[in-house]
Amino acid sequence: MALLQISEPDESPAPHERKLAVGIDLGTTNSLVATVRHGIPVVLPDEQGRPLLPSIVRYCADGAVHVGYEAQAEQARDPQNSVVSVKRFMGRGLADLSDDRRFPYRFIDEPGMLKLATRAGVKSPVEVSAEILRVLRERAEASLGGALAGAVVTVPAYFDDAQRQATKDAATLAGLPVLRLLNEPTAAAIAYGLDNAAEGTYAVYDLGGGTFDISILKLSRGVFEVLATNGDSALGGDDFDHRVYCWMIESAGIPPHSPEDTRLLMLKAREAKENLTQHRTTPIVATLSTGFEVDLTLTSEILTDITRTLVTKTLTPVKRALRDAALAPGDIKGVVMVGGATRMPQIQKAVGEYFGQPPLTNLNPDQVVALGAAIQANVLAGNRPTGEDWLLLDVIPLSLGLETMGGLVEKIIPRNSTIPVARAQDFTTFKDGQTAMAIHVVQGEREKVSDCRSLARFELRGIPPMVAGAARIRVHFQVDADGLLAVSAREQTSGVEASVTVKPSYGLSDSEIARMLQESFAHAGEDMEARALAEAQVEADMLIAATRHALEQDRDLLSPEEHANVTRVVEELVGARAGSDRRALAAATQALNAATTEFAARRMNRGVQRALTGRRVDALT
Amino acid sequence: MIDFSRNHFELFGVPAQFRIDELALERAYRALQSEVHPDRHASASDADRRMSLQASARVNEGYRTLRDPVLRAEYLLSLQGLDVKDETDTALPFDFLETALERREAVSDAAAAGDERALEIMLHEVRKESGERERELERLLDAEHAWETAHEKVRELKFLTKLAQDIDAAIAQAET
Repeated sequence: MALLQISEPDESPAPHERKLAVGIDLGTTNSLVATVRHGIPVVLPDEQGRPLLPSIVRYCADGAVHVGYEAQAEQARDPQNSVVSVKRFMGRGLADLSDDRRFPYRFIDEPGMLKLATRAGVKSPVEVSAEILRVLRERAEASLGGALAGAVVTVPAYFDDAQRQATKDAATLAGLPVLRLLNEPTAAAIAYGLDNAAEGTYAVYDLGGGTFDISILKLSRGVFEVLATNGDSALGGDDFDHRVYCWMIESAGIPPHSPEDTRLLMLKAREAKENLTQHRTTPIVATLSTGFEVDLTLTSEILTDITRTLVTKTLTPVKRALRDAALAPGDIKGVVMVGGATRMPQIQKAVGEYFGQPPLTNLNPDQVVALGAAIQANVLAGNRPTGEDWLLLDVIPLSLGLETMGGLVEKIIPRNSTIPVARAQDFTTFKDGQTAMAIHVVQGEREKVSDCRSLARFELRGIPPMVAGAARIRVHFQVDADGLLAVSAREQTSGVEASVTVKPSYGLSDSEIARMLQESFAHAGEDMEARALAEAQVEADMLIAATRHALEQDRDLLSPEEHANVTRVVEELVGARAGSDRRALAAATQALNAATTEFAARRMNRGVQRALTGRRVDALT
Repeated sequence: MIDFSRNHFELFGVPAQFRIDELALERAYRALQSEVHPDRHASASDADRRMSLQASARVNEGYRTLRDPVLRAEYLLSLQGLDVKDETDTALPFDFLETALERREAVSDAAAAGDERALEIMLHEVRKESGERERELERLLDAEHAWETAHEKVRELKFLTKLAQDIDAAIAQAET
């Protein structure tokens, strides 16, 4: 398989080949895949030249799965098996939905994440999302001519840990090697900022189909620094459609109706809303399955009126984000509008009034997130063109903490902390002779545990019996560059250690993911072993290239013996790469990783020295 | 990787004192992250990536500490061997405590009444006082090396900072 084939010597500084990398915007309403071609980010269209993929998955009677326009055309006939806006259910339980009767699905409540009963069986939102991602992966592979080395998948900035983990699981399930989860407004800022050589403090107002984000970023000399982010992960264009739908029911006196008719009316509502971005009035005409005739006229005044509270609802997070960044509306140089819903004139007007300037609408609000993700993917895959030396510093949107006595939350990492971040806090025992401690990890801003999202629970056992308050239990939080959390705890007095690490996974255990993966491979007729081998080969290629590059650049950091040793292990891996024994390849890869640990440390140290003696600083200014 | 035994001031290459050149600090921060950030090591080996994660988190922690007056002062005192993290040690002068309690009450009253303007005025006053404490700390820490007296001022500054945060939260509440 030709994995690394498009070579662009004028752009790629590293001596290894260009890798196929994509950015994916997994949206509530539409999804897109983009890549960087000849230094320019482009959206990859389908065979008919359509850039968008409607985020709709239909489980058909014949066992087929339709995704996109096909499913969209069929949804009103088969609403219970046509899943729309599945993003709203990612990492969410039934209790999280404000009004589950709004949806025509047969929900199954499960701890962590709800599921949907379809004719193809019970489906988790992760599985449904994976169907969308799989179509995008296949589109990209067909268009780029090879397996992908990596993908950056975007998530709303205000997604919590559960929603992020669910998104990452979906990508894994779709066979996508995830390079990074990237916040949608940040992705938009990259695309906008690099395209316009923007400098200064910008706001990104991102109203998608089902989520709202506001991010405040400082763009300066190639660094994109997120100062604050806020939002509402259950507010979007869908809610505007729903307001129009409710207005239709009331105005036309529509009696209770079937799920099919509900879906039809929702589609009419969306159409009407979209028409009003260009016109002042729009007719709404529909015939229900009962023969009931709907014939209404919606004006932009009425639309503005019935959606006013929703527009106002977006301004509260805007104020909070500015407050967290210690800024006033007047400090913002420009407001970048993202998401199809920002086409609505009443939103542009409200945002313009709040910031005292017309928002920036000179980019395609549907595509900018995918384009930014593609740029980031290109860099993370190692295709960074020389001279394009930019860096992204993002934050976590919600505080992370632990439950303490009385059901209160002790915040360990406050919201808007720059990631990656690691922090530890010491706790002690409450009773004499206490040998176990329950650790409950939560996310949110409220004081009480019951008002925050529960992320994980685990117990630290084997604490040596001591008087109350004598034990010293250090709980360590680490959030990586994807914004995902890992927690560990350790008792550190009297030399006794006990530790455990959790990586919350929300209703989907690793074995469940493995099972689904297996099923999906069986379904696609793919050979799991072959895929594992291909992945191991990609990893080996990357490692070989990276090590050779490092040896070339920093040879002087190694003694002749060390150099000979690393070179020998590289050659062993090259040998294993030529064969088809996955286990041998994995072992050789592991061996090279181990053999280069010290070298990596010295190289990073040198990089830091260089940074502080000014060379890099100059490059950045 | 970065040398984890070096203190934050050494890591950022700025003098170990309370007065800080914010521009130099920010420049050093960006330069350090440009080297160690996980995005710069995305296609590197596992070992390299792990180290980059740790180094980047450390740089973020250092930046947070040095940028914040209370944390920076506490950090300087801890470098002098003072135990600033002892939470039971909350001794404050009596008259400071008295005014502090009165203020807290005034804030809760204004918050209950939803009086945004009164809250804004209080916030302005508290911030002004925090500024004065910072100037005092600069003198105590950088010129006089009066660690114990500085420790007391840090506690006052910490209290004022917390009060400012609470007023800020009350204003946010009043707005919605």
